[in-house]
Amino acid sequence: MSSQDKKDREQITTKIWREEAEPDNPFAATASYCAGYDVYGDLLGKVSFIEYLWLLFKLDPPSKAQVRTLEGLAVALANPGPRDTSVRGAMNAGVGGSTHAAALIASISIGAGNLGGAREVFTAMQYWQQCGTDIDSWINIIKNPPLYDTGDVWPEMEHTPGFDPNGASCPKPVRQLLNHLANIEHNDELIWLQSNRLLLEQQAQSPLSFSGIAAATFFTLDFKPEEAEMLFLLLRLPGAAAHALEQERMGWNRYPFFGAGLTLTDDPGPSTKK
Amino acid sequence: MNTQNNTSLTGPELLSHYEDNWQTAMGAWFPAERVVLRGKDLFTELNDYSWMEYILFAVTGKHNPRLAKIIEGLSLLTTSYPDPRLWNNRIAALAGTTRSTGALAVSAGVAASEATIYGLKPIKGALNFLYQAAEKKKQGISIEAIVKEELKAKRCISGYGRPLTDEDERIAPGLRFLAKMDADKGEYLKLAFEIEDYLKGTRYKFKMNIAAFNAATAADAGMTADEYYHTSTIAFIGGILPSHLSTLSKPEGTFYPLSVDRINSTSVTKRSWVN
Repeated sequence: MSSQDKKDREQITTKIWREEAEPDNPFAATASYCAGYDVYGDLLGKVSFIEYLWLLFKLDPPSKAQVRTLEGLAVALANPGPRDTSVRGAMNAGVGGSTHAAALIASISIGAGNLGGAREVFTAMQYWQQCGTDIDSWINIIKNPPLYDTGDVWPEMEHTPGFDPNGASCPKPVRQLLNHLANIEHNDELIWLQSNRLLLEQQAQSPLSFSGIAAATFFTLDFKPEEAEMLFLLLRLPGAAAHALEQERMGWNRYPFFGAGLTLTDDPGPSTKK
Repeated sequence: MNTQNNTSLTGPELLSHYEDNWQTAMGAWFPAERVVLRGKDLFTELNDYSWMEYILFAVTGKHNPRLAKIIEGLSLLTTSYPDPRLWNNRIAALAGTTRSTGALAVSAGVAASEATIYGLKPIKGALNFLYQAAEKKKQGISIEAIVKEELKAKRCISGYGRPLTDEDERIAPGLRFLAKMDADKGEYLKLAFEIEDYLKGTRYKFKMNIAAFNAATAADAGMTADEYYHTSTIAFIGGILPSHLSTLSKPEGTFYPLSVDRINSTSVTKRSWVN
């Protein structure tokens, strides 16, 4: 290939990554740099997973408080538990003996939605961007949510994002997480949320949820809504993976099928050949 | 009759009501016996449906062989390109070159078909726009005003303009197919071309793409935006599957490999991590 041909080749442009080639193989990197840091020559052994995750999205190192905040959120989100719909999706793949990738795809697809999922976090982040810590703006947006675009592929939000429409009072783990994150320095929005939680819950007529705290945390860490959506999807996968494998080992006959739980309301009944 | 939608329960009471209690008119399997979809027995009443008629019946509740044939025909002609460079197809092709599975390749390709610059977002957006445009036109609003309002709100017109090329080569064969089906004279199709005529003369120079064309056909058949969206979710499989197979038949890892110098890094200069 001539040097002119080489110059004309299409490239991937990225701010995140830089590579140097091995002398004997242009298709293998001898060094990879993330935001200027040598990943295998410098970061490895020095950086924590959460710091590296931050670096990938932000391209600059986090402060200690930012690491503690993201780490706390990551631990809280890592396993929503086997009753959570996204984890159930993964377990369904597990008991059926589906591929392990399918278990995570199931978890992501279900956990992407408007109810307790990543799209809810995205929309709640937009609320934060619009309202910040102005309680009147929050009351207004809860009463008058943005108009739904009927051309959108996402279904319309059926509840205030960040709040559980099927909840009663705010569950203790949600409050524990909020307390933990609000106690980390510089998390002013989380302190505000803690102080205004009851009022907001009253307006939304439902309790604050994990997705609501996730949105507030991503906002306080200055992530964009689409970054928050991605991170929320990513951070909830560990539990889905572990539960899928556990159920795979136990098999479908030790997992609910809801055999007696379905009523067909327009059953034509056993039919003779028509 | 399904009474669950009428419940006035909320919160934990609502969830308790639904626990182990799914009432549905959609369908069910009676193990070792029969299967029912929307009140019809699969083995005795739906057994002569084509696959697309069955999908359409599942989505709309109506048996409409002519519309099923139109959807199938347009899916064949307009969303089944076997080119592994196209973004959704390329995902399936990459899954082939890395020797992943066929189902993972196809499902990832289908998921990615819900894209913004092509695929399901323009598909639903175009039908939604055409319905709104027709309503406004009925109220006496000009095509120019309708288009300008949409552009102001969304900075684009779903179904008009196209990445890589202006011309959409699918319109002509699509029209020939619709003519054969006697489905080429609908009001929405006419409106879609009227909008194109206006846009061609503006500084945008947008031409109609297949999303508007297909959406107009769906509108002329009376489909809702949601019905059309749901039937369209499988429309791209015809291009995704061959793209996956094309890389499976070549040596592993050879589908458009990228050498290190294909990365154009705009990253900051090298620095050291300080703990």
